[in-house]
Amino acid sequence: MARITAGIATSHVPAIGAAIDLGKQKDLYWAPVFQGYEFVKEWIKKNTPDVVILVYNDHASALMMDIIPTFAIGFAEEFLSADEGWGRRPVPVVKNHIELAAHISEQLVIDEFDITLINEMDVDHGLTVPLSLVFGQPEEWPCKVIPVCVNVSQFPTPSGERCWKLGEAIRNAVKTFPEDLDVQVWGTGGMSHQLHGSRAGLINEEFDRKFIDLLAHEPEELKYITRLEYLREAGTEGIELIMWLVMRAALGYGVEEKKRFYRVPASNTAVGHVVYEAKS
Amino acid sequence: MPRTRLYPLEDLEDIPGTKVFTALRSRQGYYLHKFCMSLMKEANREEFKADEKAYLDKFRMTEEQKQAVLDRDLTKLIDLGGNMYFLVKLASTDGMSAQKAVSATSGMSADEYAKMMLEGGRNPAGIRSIRDKN
Ligand SMILES: [Fe+2]
Repeated sequence: MARITAGIATSHVPAIGAAIDLGKQKDLYWAPVFQGYEFVKEWIKKNTPDVVILVYNDHASALMMDIIPTFAIGFAEEFLSADEGWGRRPVPVVKNHIELAAHISEQLVIDEFDITLINEMDVDHGLTVPLSLVFGQPEEWPCKVIPVCVNVSQFPTPSGERCWKLGEAIRNAVKTFPEDLDVQVWGTGGMSHQLHGSRAGLINEEFDRKFIDLLAHEPEELKYITRLEYLREAGTEGIELIMWLVMRAALGYGVEEKKRFYRVPASNTAVGHVVYEAKS
Repeated sequence: MPRTRLYPLEDLEDIPGTKVFTALRSRQGYYLHKFCMSLMKEANREEFKADEKAYLDKFRMTEEQKQAVLDRDLTKLIDLGGNMYFLVKLASTDGMSAQKAVSATSGMSADEYAKMMLEGGRNPAGIRSIRDKN
């Protein structure tokens, strides 16, 4: 049977992708950010999964325009990196595990998540930057990736509690897939940031650190942070943190925290990152 | 019984200097955003750069939105329904970094803004709520 063995959360700042693509990792500005990912780059070598279920938000690259699904799953065999206005990132094609994606879709609907299937889309920095941070710059990604998109940009966005339940439903779906597969769930985005107006550049280190403190072992109260509270405390884009909740819920009750990292700034954003192994 | 909201919808308008991207704002910005997303193709970026006004006239945007694009007035564009995830495609077409684009809406110079970020970003104290001044 398939099983969820580990989870990763990380910010997905586009400038981090550009720094990787342009070879700026050793620059004074970027070195302290990339240092935070040295652990995971080693860890993943021994813990490469068969499939990553990668929970992220599309940034007006494939969605948000004509159709705005709350939860959606990528259902093409392959996904190219999106041209977000400066050309496509030079990263490998992302390959789906279509049978598992189909099974998850079936199970999610049984579990009352009426998920949208996307037959064609390009994947933007929300998906490719985390892959680059963890796997570096390989010729091909070393595993299959199932993109799961959450609308966190256009209100009404889903609640943290709903995202938690989605994570639980993904966990149940994976557990009932008959093939013997090692699956990880990644949640990307955050931490605090706001990208417009007189509050632009908002960083709430206290909020961010508390979020990381509680996520591993006492995530219960994080479920009930309202969307308004995210906006006020963590900025308009800080609400991306609800995708970390999908990851955490998918890992089940107990986790072992292997890594935590927090750093300000990367461009406009506070960078956060954790690695968890599932206990059961 | 429908579930009740956890907070009044009006509270989304109670955050200083912030336009939460609501469904109604997204509708207001729809054709502006069509234009922004068209810039995800190199050929369209070239066409836009060759004759900005002519290119903008292909979209059903308001004249005010078109003028704000020509002026690269990102603050105005946000007032007119724009969202930064779309607008950043325009900034990228100009070869402008996301940080510069964001700082342009903040009322600070790009240098001041970059310095603030290096020093830990903008503290949320006092700018959580217009009503509560906290
Ligand atoms: Fe994001």
